[in-house]
Amino acid sequence: MTIITILGFLLIIIGLWGMLTRKHLFRMILGFSIIDTGIHLIIVSLGYIKGRTAPIFDSDLSTFDAVHKIVDPIPSALVLTAIVIGLAVTALMLVYVVQMKRQKGSLDISDYEELKW
Amino acid sequence: MIKRFFSLFFVILLIFVFMPLVKDIKPLSELGVTSQKYAKDGAKELGAANLVTSVVVTYRGLDTLGEVTVLFITTAGIGFLLRKRSTGKNKKRKASEILKSGTSFLLPLIVLFGVYIFTHGHLTPGGGFQGGVVIASAIVLLLLSDINLHTDHNILNWLESLSGGFYIILGLLGLLLAGGFLDNRFLPLGKFGEIFSAGAIPIIYSLIGLKVGAELVGIISKLGREE
Amino acid sequence: MILTIIIVLGILMLVAAFLALYLKDLLSAIIAAGAISLMASVIYIILAAPDVAMTEAAIGSGLTTIVFLYALHLVKKEQGEKND
Repeated sequence: MTIITILGFLLIIIGLWGMLTRKHLFRMILGFSIIDTGIHLIIVSLGYIKGRTAPIFDSDLSTFDAVHKIVDPIPSALVLTAIVIGLAVTALMLVYVVQMKRQKGSLDISDYEELKW
Repeated sequence: MIKRFFSLFFVILLIFVFMPLVKDIKPLSELGVTSQKYAKDGAKELGAANLVTSVVVTYRGLDTLGEVTVLFITTAGIGFLLRKRSTGKNKKRKASEILKSGTSFLLPLIVLFGVYIFTHGHLTPGGGFQGGVVIASAIVLLLLSDINLHTDHNILNWLESLSGGFYIILGLLGLLLAGGFLDNRFLPLGKFGEIFSAGAIPIIYSLIGLKVGAELVGIISKLGREE
Repeated sequence: MILTIIIVLGILMLVAAFLALYLKDLLSAIIAAGAISLMASVIYIILAAPDVAMTEAAIGSGLTTIVFLYALHLVKKEQGEKND
């Protein structure tokens, strides 16, 4: 499914563009979560094999011919954990933004001048 | 203006990096070596019908341990950042009658569904992460309606620590009694495709589900109580 | 048939990504970002990964949106206290 890989790359590009150009801190985090979704799409789409089924054994899928009938289970397992970590990291970033707002009273990135050069 | 130019430059650079990758992608036609081994021996060795579950819980169990650790550290960080300023006065809007009765009707069903998802993780799609999230969403409903069932942080902390500790203990039991850390074969494998099968996988996944659920509830209730 | 579904979903996802970055109302932008995850979970079903689809539907479009909304609420409250 090359088209889904391309879709993932496009999402990464849009997310990066948003993170670089938007000034509002919330929008930057939204861009980050768009990048996250894109990366997950790419990883899962690389494990897909045309015409095969999900790696769950039942009456239709015996263990003998599983090698020729299932898609790759490892990308699914990796993305499973990555999604949960993505939520936790997003929550931490949001709490950090709330704290920044409390300290300085602004949500605009250009008001934070300490790191400017 | 110059900033915008730099952003455009970086994005175009990224597109140029991705171009050859996209051009050279060949769709997979056979499984890789590791996946082939998992597909051939996974069901016989571990007795779980869902191959993704056996990869997450046993073959790549250390990854999951690291993931749970990251989640724990993030929760601790959120608690640290939000620790002060509980002024006590909250002028919350009152929950409507529909929300209240809907919550009291739906809450047990949602929790039951979450428990079903993580106890059947080795047979059907789903497992600890999904079940934990479903339980956390039930608690969100509880927070939105005014039903005052204090999600006591002590209980949450105990639940989280106990499930994390038992997770490690089960892993060590696997190291002592079976092949390696987080090996599930120190319990009998049972009949393939039944609920009490696959050795310790249902227990380990339920513990992961409890831990993930408790941590997510912690994150959300910390955010929600911050008035 | 499946290719059509993927193309439609893909275009919707790209549009939603742009909306999430450029809509004026922050609340609508957050909802648009949740919609991206929801459509991604449909694509995971097509890619034969039901476990990932469940996780993405529950976490990506459910809990992430809720966490964003809570943070938005906190920030708005801060704004209100400033104005008082």
